[in-house]
Amino acid sequence: MKRLEERVDVQKMLDWYRRMVLVRLFESETERSFRRGKIGGYLHVYIGQEAVATGFLDAIREDDIFFTSYRDHAHALLRGTDPRAVMAELYGKVTGVCKGKGGSMHLFDVARGFYGGYGIVGGHIPLAVGAAYTLRYEGTDRVCLCFFGDGAMNCGALHEAANLAGLWGKAGLCPVVFVVENNQYGMGTSVERASAVTNLARRFDAYAIPNEQCDGMDVLTVYEVACRVVEEVRRTGRPYAVEAITYRFSGHGAADLFQAYRTKEEVERWRKRDPILLLEARLREAGVLDDAKAAEVRAWAEGVVLDAVEFAEHSPEPPPEELYTDVYGALGR
Amino acid sequence: MTEMTYREAIRSTLIEEMDRDPRVVLLGEDIGVYGGTFRITEGLLTRYGPRRVIDTPISELGFIGAGIGMAMLGLRPVVEVMTWNFSLPAADQILQNAAKVRYFSGGQVHVPMVIRGPNGAGVQLSAQHSQSFESFYGHFPGLLVAAPAMPADAKGLLRTAIRGEDPVIFLEHAALYGIKGEVPDGEHTLPFGRASVVRQGRDVTIVSYSRMLYLALSAAERLVHDGIDCEVVDLRTLRPLDMDTVAASVRKTHRAVVVQEQWRLFGAAAEITAQIYERCFDDLDAPVERVTGEDVPAPYARNLELRAFPNEDRIIDAVRRVAG
Repeated sequence: MKRLEERVDVQKMLDWYRRMVLVRLFESETERSFRRGKIGGYLHVYIGQEAVATGFLDAIREDDIFFTSYRDHAHALLRGTDPRAVMAELYGKVTGVCKGKGGSMHLFDVARGFYGGYGIVGGHIPLAVGAAYTLRYEGTDRVCLCFFGDGAMNCGALHEAANLAGLWGKAGLCPVVFVVENNQYGMGTSVERASAVTNLARRFDAYAIPNEQCDGMDVLTVYEVACRVVEEVRRTGRPYAVEAITYRFSGHGAADLFQAYRTKEEVERWRKRDPILLLEARLREAGVLDDAKAAEVRAWAEGVVLDAVEFAEHSPEPPPEELYTDVYGALGR
Repeated sequence: MTEMTYREAIRSTLIEEMDRDPRVVLLGEDIGVYGGTFRITEGLLTRYGPRRVIDTPISELGFIGAGIGMAMLGLRPVVEVMTWNFSLPAADQILQNAAKVRYFSGGQVHVPMVIRGPNGAGVQLSAQHSQSFESFYGHFPGLLVAAPAMPADAKGLLRTAIRGEDPVIFLEHAALYGIKGEVPDGEHTLPFGRASVVRQGRDVTIVSYSRMLYLALSAAERLVHDGIDCEVVDLRTLRPLDMDTVAASVRKTHRAVVVQEQWRLFGAAAEITAQIYERCFDDLDAPVERVTGEDVPAPYARNLELRAFPNEDRIIDAVRRVAG
């Protein structure tokens, strides 16, 4: 076993730690804001799954692109989208990333390669396959990540898109990485109750797509797998699938209060492998994190979140005329 | 002007636009090696190669969704549906992604994409292969819907659609592919949302589009013998819907008949009729009549099928009723 410092720069790991703490505190705040009625609609948080997006989004280049589902706050923040603009979007303000027209489920930051959060389970996967085709059609070596949950594994959209990716990949025309964030439940239905084959990675065998599982709670493992897979996909133009085994600590959405589908003991068991705690232990072991440093990171993250909330609170609502914009381009007006 | 078929108008536009813009790519079932079910894309695989003429599996949800992703990244895909009946597995992609992603992204992306293929009833294709989708897709903001009847309009609207910035539902009709007409030479384009008065008349306005337009025109010719002079309006696009042209005609004739192939309830004619009442209530001398398909799934038997869809006689009866 290599020593930690040989596997990855500890400064990079400290940076992951900062960002994961920020995402965690940001989303905890959104849960409070939701209960206070400041955030409407649905709110799906990523708490517990942070290592997956952190590892993958750090493994791609600035000019690469990605799509995800509605559990999308972390992906935006980790890619560097301004936390103020993310919070303002959740607050339904015109200063939000989508001018307050998308909300929690539809964050976008195309300038950073983030092609969106989508609200229909599995529905964005074909888009990512077409996008990946385009990247090669235009002669680039850019890649596309497509994040989705275990619930999407049973949707026709996934299977039709994966088959196309497998086909187009044979000609080196589909540089997409399917990142299955297996958080164990599609809303309240466990993988065992939803999927006839519970090794989700292996289901990509049906489409000639190389695949593997990885520990989605350990950001270092995720990062290493992601770097290797992204490099291969960039080189070959062929798709690849990674099933990151992870867990959602919060309910499915803000309305999932009773969680009859799982036990407290199960949640506690997974909490012992909280990705932030795992990373923290590693950093302490490497001697680059102590109580004081951890407190400093936490204080910084709290400051960023507070600032984002302040900004969102004091931002204006979209003006009424915004209702009618962004429906059509010039042709349809 | 050059005389060409509706099929050739569409095919030549695809060629002209693909020659002009390398971002235009085609996707669909059997459009390449097979040559296209209705021969629209014949020869294009040889001409442009498999990267631009993409034969897909029978997988509408997948390839229409992929087309949307291509469009979001800057290509201009023209996706063929073998018939519009087969678009239903992809309805989620069309309605939930293509139509809305511009809006919920706050304008960060758009979908310059055309989905085209035959709409409406064929000959004895029974219930699953005979439907018309103009009101279904026309219901959703974010989509544009074209239903040209004439070769020239098919060409002009398709060119505009391919060069545009929005997802376009391009409804052809299998019964029209062999129809001939004069088509302007050069880069003929036609804006969306402009209906055309294809026959001038004084007494009754007949509003229609796509295949039904031809029934309306022949009904109008026969009605001359009754001394009824019909004006016939071809909508050409249903979204945007050019009600200005329709209303101007109705204000002149004071009577209107709306003809559609699809079912009566919640059909395109219901919307058009409602807007005629809203805009022209005081101008009307008779209630507006609708001539529509019968409210049943399409049957196979030829005699039943003939009863299921509008024909000239029904249009003539409706015109006579409104003409009083």
